[in-house]
Amino acid sequence: MDNNGYDDKKSAAEQHYDFPQMLAERGVSRREFMKFCSAMSAALALPVTFAPKIAQALDEVKRPTLVWLEFQSCTGDTEALLRAASPTVAEIVLDILSVDYAETIMTAAGHLAEANLDKVVKEEKGKYIAVVEGSIPLKDGGVYCCIAGKTALERATEVCGGAFATIAVGTCASYGGLPAAAPNPTGAVGVKEAVPGATVLNLPGCPLNADNLTATIVHFLLFKKLPATDGFGRPLFAYGKRIHDNCERRPHFDAGQYVEKWGDEGHRKGFCLYRMGCKGPETYHNCPSQRYNEKTSWPVASGHGCAGCSEPMFWDRMTPLYRRLPNVPGFGIESTADKIGLGLAVGTAAIFAGHGIISAVRGEDKMEGKKREDLKHDKDRR
Amino acid sequence: MSKLVIKYVWELPVRVTHWLNMVAILTLTATGLLIAHPMTLAGSPSQFVMGWIRFVHFVAAYMFAISLASRIYWSLVGNRYSSWRTFFPYLNPEDRQQMWATLRYYTFLSRKLPHVVGHNSVAAAAYSLVFLLYLGMICTGFALYSEHAPGGFYALTFGQLRHLFSNQTLRLLHHCFMWLLLGFAIQHVYSCWLMDIKERGGIISSMFSGYKSVEED
Ligand code: HEM
Ligand code: SF4
Repeated sequence: MDNNGYDDKKSAAEQHYDFPQMLAERGVSRREFMKFCSAMSAALALPVTFAPKIAQALDEVKRPTLVWLEFQSCTGDTEALLRAASPTVAEIVLDILSVDYAETIMTAAGHLAEANLDKVVKEEKGKYIAVVEGSIPLKDGGVYCCIAGKTALERATEVCGGAFATIAVGTCASYGGLPAAAPNPTGAVGVKEAVPGATVLNLPGCPLNADNLTATIVHFLLFKKLPATDGFGRPLFAYGKRIHDNCERRPHFDAGQYVEKWGDEGHRKGFCLYRMGCKGPETYHNCPSQRYNEKTSWPVASGHGCAGCSEPMFWDRMTPLYRRLPNVPGFGIESTADKIGLGLAVGTAAIFAGHGIISAVRGEDKMEGKKREDLKHDKDRR
Repeated sequence: MSKLVIKYVWELPVRVTHWLNMVAILTLTATGLLIAHPMTLAGSPSQFVMGWIRFVHFVAAYMFAISLASRIYWSLVGNRYSSWRTFFPYLNPEDRQQMWATLRYYTFLSRKLPHVVGHNSVAAAAYSLVFLLYLGMICTGFALYSEHAPGGFYALTFGQLRHLFSNQTLRLLHHCFMWLLLGFAIQHVYSCWLMDIKERGGIISSMFSGYKSVEED
């Protein structure tokens, strides 16, 4: 963006930004700014008393450098970030960052752009933030994704390895995502798997929620460290709770009111989508509270079940999207576990009924005791 | 000539856990099917029908798990008929022979029914598999249960299964094991009925009273 106040003599990392002036230029009032700070403290699950601290941190901020790498992706995460409806405070916060390299949005191209990236990696080693979008292919020497003659793996190793921290945005960068779906033709993996030595924070989601990226950066500016994470490397403030537990349709779930067919009465009334394969009960993400596109909506609000897109390998592990259970492997496409189970139960009953009839007709069985004759009295009883 | 005598075979914990298991499995099956195929049973969102169904499922689940744990404990300290050893008849030659004879009887290849006091060896072998199903049910069940509280006790224990299997696989196993257990239950009721008639040892009532009519040694 318009880098007013940019001073060529100082290194980018030392740049001091006049944040209040930036806000004024964009026509954002102090009041709106404070509202944003409260919202951020809420998103980060911090007490409201942190709002002034956030404001202060943003006012005093030095410009950290950020580079945005894009590998095997659909650019959905960049889109999610750029599609803000109106210039928001969040956007300005992101403008604080000196985005020195981002394929989709930078004007520099070719060798010039690459030189920029090399410069950051060399001169700001251990200080810059790397954002990665898209998965990294490992198969066949990584030939499936090359930029400026280098494979994605080479670039990721170099850039993420030297970064203060890497933020993997979207499920592809976090865990391989769609390119890694079976049979994973390119051997795609997420950043942490490709560069185990890097400090990686995962912000999965398809796409990621830009608010969570903003909150992560605010957290970083405020505390100078990355937020606490869960076992999958996701920040707890955004991925610590289950969709199902914050879902606005949850009362219908507990009551027992379900959409049973797309477009039926229940669907029109906003009933729970559990039966239609909603994966909210096994997905951790703050969609119900944070929502997408400036809190406009999210899948379940718009009548579609959760696809579990923030979970590792969701394309293979959360499917089928529109039913609760997958098929039993080895049986036909249309046979569900219940059909097979019912067949098993009926089959068992039939076999034993047959057995019973034969046993009854046959009679005359003998108990094999220590001494066979002892059973005579048994026969007499008959 | 030896006579039939009344013998105390099934101790109280064996009988109690047996019937607890039955009640638990029936309850868990009924509520589990309603969870798997939820129907719109409520007229207003203020009702709590599914809430109660799941609550009953989880209470029965705890009961089932405690019952199984007690039975496993009893298999270490109880009498020889309840010992864990009887569940692995294929491990010693004598029982293996008996197993073979029993199988021949079941498949109408022979008319001779081996004399047993405790579990017949084929049944005992089947029960060891059923115990595995029970464990499978409890492990997958508590792993699914752990999803509501990440970082909690169950998430740190049974929840680790979610790293081995996907959530969907756990659900599918939980679901399929139910059908296997139902298949077992049908077979079990039939076999007991058959043996009650053929052995004349009162096997069905023995699970209430603990006493069986067996030949005197
Ligand atoms: C004989 C024992 C059991 C039977 C027959 C049984 C049956 C079922 C069935 C059929 C389902 C539906 C699965 C689906 O299609 O999504 C289910 C769900 C579930 N069961 Fe069980 N279950 C048993 C034991 C347990 C145990 C021991 C636990 C431990 C807490 C447990 C916890 C659960 C949970 C958490 C769910 C998912 C509920 C939800 O999605 O809301 N179950 N059970
Ligand atoms: S719609 Fe999905 S997330 Fe919401 S209550 Fe129903 S099952 Fe849970």
